Amino acid sequence: MEHSQQHPVSLYLQIWGLLFVLSACSYMVDYFQVQGALRWTLIMTFMFYKAVLIVCVFMHMAWERLALVCAILIPPLCLLVLVSLMALEADYIHRARGTYFAPPAAIDTGKHTQQP
Amino acid sequence: MSDSTHSPTTPPSGLYGLAADWSGDGNTFKVPWGKAMMWVFLLSDTFIFGIFLSGYMAVRMTTAEPWPNPSEVFALQVGTTSLPLLLIAIMTFVLISSSGTMAMAVNFAYRGERRRAAVLMLATAALGASFVGMQAFEWTKLIVSEGIRPWSNPLGAAQFGACFFMITGFHGLHVSAGVIYLTTVATRLLRHRPSDGEAPDDGRSGDESRVEIAGLYWHFVDLVWVFIFAFFYLW
Repeated sequence: MEHSQQHPVSLYLQIWGLLFVLSACSYMVDYFQVQGALRWTLIMTFMFYKAVLIVCVFMHMAWERLALVCAILIPPLCLLVLVSLMALEADYIHRARGTYFAPPAAIDTGKHTQQP
Repeated sequence: MSDSTHSPTTPPSGLYGLAADWSGDGNTFKVPWGKAMMWVFLLSDTFIFGIFLSGYMAVRMTTAEPWPNPSEVFALQVGTTSLPLLLIAIMTFVLISSSGTMAMAVNFAYRGERRRAAVLMLATAALGASFVGMQAFEWTKLIVSEGIRPWSNPLGAAQFGACFFMITGFHGLHVSAGVIYLTTVATRLLRHRPSDGEAPDDGRSGDESRVEIAGLYWHFVDLVWVFIFAFFYLW
């Protein structure tokens, strides 16, 4: 059975360092209270790169055969359908809740009442 | 299982046949059987966490009450200044360090250095245990001094507690299970005798792929934390 996952130690150390830097960056986003679209872009970018590095290098996905890669990475994309359905419905449900469930004070605060 | 490899013309029937067919997975995925199964397990776990996180997204986007600001809720008082998310940042770095030591353990296992691999795995388990310890501290702080409950909290949207306890609780359970798992595999590695021989060439796992499979689980736990950190703590 052809199966070996031997890679230079320096590669792992580099990825390890990179993950540290990316984590520090995403913490800095919160520390300096970056807000709005920039916050989302930065957080998502750092998260995406961390996830890619862990899956590709630490979990050796980059060196696996395509059959395994497809079997593992394609099915989770179904989750995107669920996420987009929930996100599309969110505004409607939010308005319905504002109308029927919220205490009177909370009704007029508009949508997405999160105050950072 | 080994019978079926010697007589491919007459596959076994009944329960043996069932087992033989399933172990035939090795024909599709050219990896040890245990590794393919670990990937399938991790895939199912991806869905569990994926649904937790999208459920959290759904309640957070639709709640009519203000969502408690995680940056303030998880702030830590150091001296006189309050540092936002400090404990969570430390937990993140601890978990990433443990992922690094685990990757090194897999590397040494493939080089045949069992002892070093086992020591690194035990270090990984120790880092994982300290992560769980910090999480216990965080839970205690939230429950006792902030009064956050799964059904209500004094800071805002009631769903905050439910999402927090369910998502981080399930993740913490995974970390705890991983600590036990890694300790078991490391102990087995240390007990290995040269007379036990090399890995059998029938698709079953040898030492190095046993370590790699444990590594897959551990890196997955770290991967889930990357998403929890971004979506729950930084949103």
